[in-house]
Amino acid sequence: MSQTIPMQEFASARKSARTEPAPVRFIIIALAVTFLTVFVVLPLVIVFTSAFSRGVGAFLNALADPEAFAAIKLTLIVAAISVLLNLIFGVAAAWAISKFEFPGKTMLNTLIDLPFSVSPVISGLVFVLLFGAQGLLGAWLQANDVHIIFAIPGIVLATTFVTFPFVAREMIPLMQEQGTSEEEAALSLGASGLKTFWRVTLPNVKWGLLYGVLLCNARAMGEFGAVSVVSGHIRGETNTMPLLVEILYNEYQFVAAFAIASLLAMLALVTLVIKIVLEGRLEGHHSDH
Amino acid sequence: MTIEVRNIVKRFGDFTALDNVDLRVESGELLALLGPSGSGKTTLLRIIAGLEWPDAGSISFDGENALARGAGERHVGFVFQHYALFRHMNVFENVAFGLRVQPRAVRPNEAAITKRVNELLDLVQLGWLANRYPSQLSGGQRQRIALARALAIEPRILLLDEPFGALDAKVRKELRQWLRALHEEIHVTSIFVTHDQEEALEVANRVVVMDKGKIEQIGTPEEVYDRPQTAFVHSFIGESIVLPVEVRSGRVRLGDKVLGIETNGAASGPSQLFIRRHDVSLEAPGNGDLEGAVRRVRAFGPIQRADVALQTNGSETMIEIDAPRDRELKVGELIGLKPKRYRIFAAVK
Repeated sequence: MSQTIPMQEFASARKSARTEPAPVRFIIIALAVTFLTVFVVLPLVIVFTSAFSRGVGAFLNALADPEAFAAIKLTLIVAAISVLLNLIFGVAAAWAISKFEFPGKTMLNTLIDLPFSVSPVISGLVFVLLFGAQGLLGAWLQANDVHIIFAIPGIVLATTFVTFPFVAREMIPLMQEQGTSEEEAALSLGASGLKTFWRVTLPNVKWGLLYGVLLCNARAMGEFGAVSVVSGHIRGETNTMPLLVEILYNEYQFVAAFAIASLLAMLALVTLVIKIVLEGRLEGHHSDH
Repeated sequence: MTIEVRNIVKRFGDFTALDNVDLRVESGELLALLGPSGSGKTTLLRIIAGLEWPDAGSISFDGENALARGAGERHVGFVFQHYALFRHMNVFENVAFGLRVQPRAVRPNEAAITKRVNELLDLVQLGWLANRYPSQLSGGQRQRIALARALAIEPRILLLDEPFGALDAKVRKELRQWLRALHEEIHVTSIFVTHDQEEALEVANRVVVMDKGKIEQIGTPEEVYDRPQTAFVHSFIGESIVLPVEVRSGRVRLGDKVLGIETNGAASGPSQLFIRRHDVSLEAPGNGDLEGAVRRVRAFGPIQRADVALQTNGSETMIEIDAPRDRELKVGELIGLKPKRYRIFAAVK
């Protein structure tokens, strides 16, 4: 029974085994687009429109406010210190986990994820319990006039804790995949451990490292929960940008609140763009071999 | 540079990778460490390189204690099975690496480095690839660059870990001959690890056969092939017919049949008779020491290979023999077999 299929019917036949009928495709795509619009695009648009609702002048005034300025400065300082600390910690941890065998390695690998699984508020509370006035080390700290809680050191500690998985988590799989043979080759060619690290290990992971630093930085600047617990909300002193946004909002200073929020949103957008670029680099790096 | 390995022991947890290994490598030699995977050959190579440390024993280079030096201070060129080229450096920089990381006091200047790298790239015949990255090279090219990189530090010893293991058969064959020729040219004491007997026998001056962390035999390729000292060596190198026999009062018995062959000094007790497949001559039925029926014949090239069923103790033992093409073999035909050369080893318990 051989039949020739009419041209029209042939054209309407599915072109690929994996595609779905048009209505199904439409529904799935519409669902995704609607979801993204409601949960991502709309809030972003509202942040920016609210920030500029009284015009550019009001927006700039809000940012020029000394309290806003202090919050931006504090956020940058805290992020810089946390990112630096986590860069050092992350590389050390990734190096140890991927290149050496030692007892407790699995434990360390698991502990790195702890900040991801603990609520940020709890993370902040831990530091209050440790360093607060009624805390474990509180009396000693007070006697020696060291201020950690309700001061910048506490904010840095909390932020560093919350963000420490980012660099390590990005680096460990990358370094594990690359193994140790290039390092062994460098060693047998007479390179010292330090030279091996700078000339062989680091160049091989630089894109992954940048990627980790980028995510770490975005989170460090945006952290609210943990920082809120340890900061004490002292205006002009221990308020970071996210904390200030909340305070201003609660005081019905919507333009000011959204002006600061728009800066954080900008940070997110810039991070996203750099992330896409870095991911491209990482892919290129992987497909090399 | 002579290498003296003494009583080396290396354990990984419960696994003994090297069990009291002794080995002396003569200056200018090209030595093969041959054995199945898990025999400890790569571990021994890595210990000599300083990439692994032994639990006991000593290693000396020209009488000087090598274990007192780290990998970088031993002046050993190491070529890795999977090349381990620096993926972010081009070919030139890969080869130059060993020169660039030298302490400032002894580091050659840029012009000297360029000259040396170009010489090495010419030596491995890949000068035209200097600006390429490792990912842009074929397996054979990568392996040659890895060799050039190892030679850049003018190593006293060259160690190669399964140097051709990851390459396809044709490239492997070419590189083998090339390595042999290169060794004749630069004459540095070299050790390479392989599980490929053909590679070991073809390339090396001497072959060290290893199994389960021990050295089974050391000898020239001819020696290990023609005069294997243990049952393992006989079965690992070349193809063998193995028959369970018993040596009793100076005679060799296969089942209830007394074979007309000498014991060659083999001790009494259950033993194994090893015969190379091409070391049996075909006789008329009743004339050989062994007798069997041809079950299957396959001919390729200058030889034909036949499955022969030997009758022993009422049961059948299937063996494979090689015979010249000019002797016609028919399936079902009864033939006599006479071992021309054979060896008898005590049965492994």
